Amino acid sequence: MTATSPPQLAISGELTIFTANEIKQQLIAAITQPLREIEVDLSQVSEVDSAGLQLMVMAKREAAAHDKTLKFTHHSSSVLDILDLCDLSGFFGDPVLIRSQPRGQTS
Amino acid sequence: MNLDDALKTYVIESRELLEQMEDALLQLEQHPTDADLINAIFRAAHTIKGSAGLFGLDFVVSFTHIAENVLDRLRSAELAVSNELIALFLKVRDHIGVLIDLVEAASQPDEAVDAQGKTLVEQLKAISGQAKTESASPPAHPMHATQNLVREDAPDTAHTDNWHLSLRFNRDVLKNGMDPLAFIRYLTTFGRITAIVTLVDELPRAAEMDPECSYFGYEIGFQTDADKSMIENAFEFVRNDAQIRILPPHSKVTEYLSLIDNLSDEELRLGEILVRCGTLSHTELEAALTAQDALRRSKNPEESSVLGEVLVAQNVVRPAVVEAALQKQKQVKETKSNEAGLIRVNAETLDKHINLIGELIIASAGISLNAQHSAVPELLEAASILTRLVEEVRDSALKLRMVEIGATFHKFQRMVRDVSKEIGKDIRLEISGADTDLDKTVVEKIGDPLTHLVRNSMDHGIEPAELRLERGKPAYGTLRLNAFHDSGSIVIEVADDGGGLNRNRIHAKAIERGVIKPDKQLSDDEIHDLIFEPGFSTAETVNNLSGRGVGMDVVRRNITALRGSIEIDSEEGEGTTMRIRLPLTLAIIDGFLVGVGASAFVVPLDMVIECVELSQEELDATQGRDHLNLRGEVLPFIRLKQFFDVPEAPEPSLQEENGLLDETEADSSKPEFEVDPELAFLLQPVKRNNVVVVHYAGRRAGLVVDSLMGEFQTVIRPLGEVFNGLQGISGFTLLGNGQVALILDVPGLVRRVTSRETHRNQRASTVTLEYAS
Repeated sequence: MTATSPPQLAISGELTIFTANEIKQQLIAAITQPLREIEVDLSQVSEVDSAGLQLMVMAKREAAAHDKTLKFTHHSSSVLDILDLCDLSGFFGDPVLIRSQPRGQTS
Repeated sequence: MNLDDALKTYVIESRELLEQMEDALLQLEQHPTDADLINAIFRAAHTIKGSAGLFGLDFVVSFTHIAENVLDRLRSAELAVSNELIALFLKVRDHIGVLIDLVEAASQPDEAVDAQGKTLVEQLKAISGQAKTESASPPAHPMHATQNLVREDAPDTAHTDNWHLSLRFNRDVLKNGMDPLAFIRYLTTFGRITAIVTLVDELPRAAEMDPECSYFGYEIGFQTDADKSMIENAFEFVRNDAQIRILPPHSKVTEYLSLIDNLSDEELRLGEILVRCGTLSHTELEAALTAQDALRRSKNPEESSVLGEVLVAQNVVRPAVVEAALQKQKQVKETKSNEAGLIRVNAETLDKHINLIGELIIASAGISLNAQHSAVPELLEAASILTRLVEEVRDSALKLRMVEIGATFHKFQRMVRDVSKEIGKDIRLEISGADTDLDKTVVEKIGDPLTHLVRNSMDHGIEPAELRLERGKPAYGTLRLNAFHDSGSIVIEVADDGGGLNRNRIHAKAIERGVIKPDKQLSDDEIHDLIFEPGFSTAETVNNLSGRGVGMDVVRRNITALRGSIEIDSEEGEGTTMRIRLPLTLAIIDGFLVGVGASAFVVPLDMVIECVELSQEELDATQGRDHLNLRGEVLPFIRLKQFFDVPEAPEPSLQEENGLLDETEADSSKPEFEVDPELAFLLQPVKRNNVVVVHYAGRRAGLVVDSLMGEFQTVIRPLGEVFNGLQGISGFTLLGNGQVALILDVPGLVRRVTSRETHRNQRASTVTLEYAS
């Protein structure tokens, strides 16, 4: 992990359908900031579902559409679990920290 | 578009698809190996099912789903096309039609429908039974009874013994409280996911994206020793909210190909399609993606096909697979362009439009008239341009209502097939003139009478095979449906090569039932006409006459209601042709305006052959009989003035307004040829008779009128119920000056004169006819 600047957005708690609307606004706000690189910290994400995953894909694409780079960092284990399940790590292409704790546990 | 509108569209589209399905099924009977036809049938079922899912029409989905499964096996050539199978699927198609009707009525299937559905499901299962056992036992692998996700990382494990799951979730699945990922996770409790591709293409841009909707699809390679039903059960709760396709291990390439065909219509990247098919392994994908990435960056629109070539070149995929994938992409594009070329319009809107154009025509006639009165050249010119444009608008608007009769004809393919099986005759249907246009309203209303005629010909026209052979005809009967245009009418023929009408029997029957008097002499046409008599429709069964005529009075009534007529050509032993004549349109026609006394009448221009002047000598020569000698031929005529009892016009106003020439008594008038307007005034009364020669259904007649006023665009208005019994008039229209002109019922008038003619001839004839009793 080579992040040098502080993350512009940190998501904590659930990244699910229950918070989806709210987080979508946050992500879009982050993308529309006048910055070339955006970092989203996922370390405090406790739970991810399909809706959350869609938001991540949306954010990544939207940033690319604005010629910006959006990185997800500090994936929590639940995020990793989902990425693994859907085999989307390659899609995001973000460096992922290998954790020592076993997968399947939520932080 | 609200849901009701969408549902309406769904019902309409489903019906169209069912028709296509039926056509394809019937064709399949002739060409059992035609893959295109099988695909068409499959696609129809699949689309109906898919859209039904969107509306939550569970009863449609569950039934169609089973049919689709069987069709799928058909496509992969696991099942062979047989007559039995086609018969079953025709029933299945009908049942889906019943279900769609229920959707339209917003009701649920009742017990009878359910029972029918269950019976069909049983039959479907029975017919596909063999195929099921073949693929039922996947090779056993140790089950990974672990909650954790186990990923297969070995680079090139042979995955052909994996199940392939294709999952598409409906948008609302998340809102319904279900998480697609939860189901995928559940899969890991009784097997392991060897490969998964998450399809993110459907995800819209941020602005359009509803974070509470589900956009992702999944293609999963799955290894398990569980059976198909267990995998299916895993998706039990989302079954109505998702399209789940499960391909068992060792599925044939064709099944993967069919999967490509079935992918939803999103424009898919070929690479992904191939991976989804399981044709490519995960590592092969990685390599392919690297190559594709470079292309994608250059935004080459041909990227997908280039990738396809790359993969074939590397022998990674088989050409057949690539071809199928490309085919799919092409179809998606073609569908899109077709959609752009056509729009659906509510029939009511169209009717309203036509009515408005009718008003426009009347208004423009008023303007022309006033322009002529004003005699301002500029105004006259403007008015004539307006008239021309209005005519063009009228023509194009009427064309909008025109549809080809083909669709109506093709419906009979099925009926002929079913009925001929039912009554045990081999009957072939030949269709010609399917591209003949006619008014949509007419098409809708002609269906029932046609059905009746076709059914009649099959039941009673075409003889049993033995009798046919005896008569030296081929064993199979031929039924022909034909359509063509003829002088402003469309003619629809239902012809059979059966036994024809038995004149003697009809005659005897008519006397027996008191329809005619025993001593009455009848022409062939009149005899044939008898079968349309209401009294005849209830005739008891008597040999080959039986039933011929059942409901025929209804047929004739329906056709007459459309301002049409029906006639019969029949040759005993050779066959019968029923000929229906209908007006091309019911709304606006080109008319020919004539003056009779103070009134104006319109003759449909299409039926006018010529106008001749009737001189007094000729009139005298008729000697009171209503015939005249037209270039050596006998022409029966009607004096409209007497026929309608038209009063004389007040002289001056008519001369001024319409240029009508007054007259007091046609018969006593002297013919005037070259009359100087000045002199005409002095030489009154000026007498001149014009005869408009009209024809209908091959017969001609003359209409004696006072004046000819030229062409006139006529908007047909129906007469009120009070005038139902009125003879010789079919409607009315408004003239430019607000006057009412009556539209002549030419078919009725022609029939009247010619039948009067026949009677007179017969009375005169001394021949004793064979059918006199």
